[in-house]
Amino acid sequence: MMIEVSGLVKRYGDKTAVNDLTFTVRPGMVTGFLGPNGAGKSTTMRMIVGLDRPTAGSVTVAGRPYARWPAPLTEIGALLEARAIHPGLSARQYLLALGATQGIGARRVRQVLDLVGLGSVADRRAKGFSLGMGQRLGIAGALLGDPRILILDEPVNGLDAEGVRWVRTLLRDLAAEGRTVLLSSHLMSEMELTADHLIVIGQGKLLADTSLAGFAERVTGGSVRVRTTDAARLRDLIARRGVTVSSDHPGVLTVTGLESDEIGTIAGRNGIVLYELVPQHASLEDAFLELTRGAVEYRAPDPGAGLGALPAMAGRTMS
Amino acid sequence: MSTAIITRRRAPAGTAPRVTWPRVLRSEWIKVSSLRSTRITLAVSFLLMAGVGALTAAVTAANWSHMGMGQRATLDPAATVLGGYQFAQLAVGILGVLAVTNEYSSGMIRATLTAVPGRLPVLWAKTALFSAVTFATMTAAALIGFLAGGSVLAGKHLPLSLSDPAMLRAVLGAGLYLAVIGLLGVALGFLLRSSAGAIASVVGILMLLPLLGTLLGSWFKDHVSPYLPNNAGSAIMTTHQAANTLHPWTGFTVMCAWAALALAAAAYALVRRDA
Repeated sequence: MMIEVSGLVKRYGDKTAVNDLTFTVRPGMVTGFLGPNGAGKSTTMRMIVGLDRPTAGSVTVAGRPYARWPAPLTEIGALLEARAIHPGLSARQYLLALGATQGIGARRVRQVLDLVGLGSVADRRAKGFSLGMGQRLGIAGALLGDPRILILDEPVNGLDAEGVRWVRTLLRDLAAEGRTVLLSSHLMSEMELTADHLIVIGQGKLLADTSLAGFAERVTGGSVRVRTTDAARLRDLIARRGVTVSSDHPGVLTVTGLESDEIGTIAGRNGIVLYELVPQHASLEDAFLELTRGAVEYRAPDPGAGLGALPAMAGRTMS
Repeated sequence: MSTAIITRRRAPAGTAPRVTWPRVLRSEWIKVSSLRSTRITLAVSFLLMAGVGALTAAVTAANWSHMGMGQRATLDPAATVLGGYQFAQLAVGILGVLAVTNEYSSGMIRATLTAVPGRLPVLWAKTALFSAVTFATMTAAALIGFLAGGSVLAGKHLPLSLSDPAMLRAVLGAGLYLAVIGLLGVALGFLLRSSAGAIASVVGILMLLPLLGTLLGSWFKDHVSPYLPNNAGSAIMTTHQAANTLHPWTGFTVMCAWAALALAAAAYALVRRDA
């Protein structure tokens, strides 16, 4: 019941979308598939279900290539794009047509329509569907075969707050039943609440494959914000190898590489008055941004640049 | 935490989930029969096929007294009452294209191919279904055009009867011809995947290619024109073989060969390309 991706490569002409990816998605938990836009998440997911042919490498689903399952929808349910339905079909007709290919009938279609909350609009043509309804229909399609493995590409895009919470709960429940759930997103905030395990990619390469707890620990040691009357002297006193001090406001220092206790002790010993001494915990979001910094396809210029302030993260290393 | 949902009961033989040909066919039938646009386009094709034939027959009958002996002698009554195919073929060809390209433009094809990762069953099911539906409706339309047009022409001593084997072949041939045109549309849809491109190709093959015959001179007209898909295929709807046309069944076979070529290319593209 695992998804095993091994040495996966996908090239389009001279552009490499997926570059030697190897990872395993395990049952019983939600695995977050995280990366900036254009990182290769959707391409990888399409290769898992056999829509795109890998340039090199292989993917197996529960031990064999996806296409070799006699009833693939009952093995792996996939939501790859929302609202991918002919506008003239109703939600029910769409699911009936999809299920009919492997003998899944009207009763199961009714079940999944009710499950995703589309029961009351089941016979309306999809033309007028909102993005949120399209996502729910896509999730219904993924659940149609009662599969042991689910992969969902950005399933909460376009959902309202209630819908987002519903998807989160649903995925957690499915994982708790022992199913394998792979969920892609470009937002760390979503993963924090849903995923147990993270696979982070950037520019098609694997950047991290770790539990959510493990990822939190990797978060670069946190920093300490210090507000003081004598920033210049304190900076000189704490400066040593491995300590980074930066300042975005006069009288305020951001120190990494020293615990707040040590800073407080040094200040006290030297009679420097401190107004604030606050340990800052880098969020998972910061860690994710830091990790994918070099792998972002499009980036807005640094908002601080050109305003005369010190670049927020660059700092000054004293040695 | 419940494991009830993942422990599946063993289904009785024959009902276990598994992709089979009849099931893919059924899936495609659900799509085709659910779409209002399919029904409307088929109805329009039906009206064109039956109505234009009856209309042409009526006009011919009205002009009968002004026609010379030579004109009367070369008049093909079958071609007259079945003339609606010229219009119906565009509607049917485009319908075949849209049955495929609409799935590509909406993205639904990816769900379809995820359900049927072997892919080819989808192509065969779409072509089989589409050909069958077109054949049934268009043969019925041809029959109605024949009966309506025939009753008009009968007044001009041009008795048309289905007991005439050539006439029967022509009427059934109209259904066959249009079924193959629909199939060609499906194949072009899979090959080109975009509605605009595939529709343009259908129009080009049906309307523009035959024009080349008149532009490129007599050699082309004698040696190439008769083998173009619709020139070859339409021979099956005639009862008087005109110059520069193939024998009815030879012509239809040539047309089928074109369609088979297009289908083979579509099958290759469908299997090889990323969806």
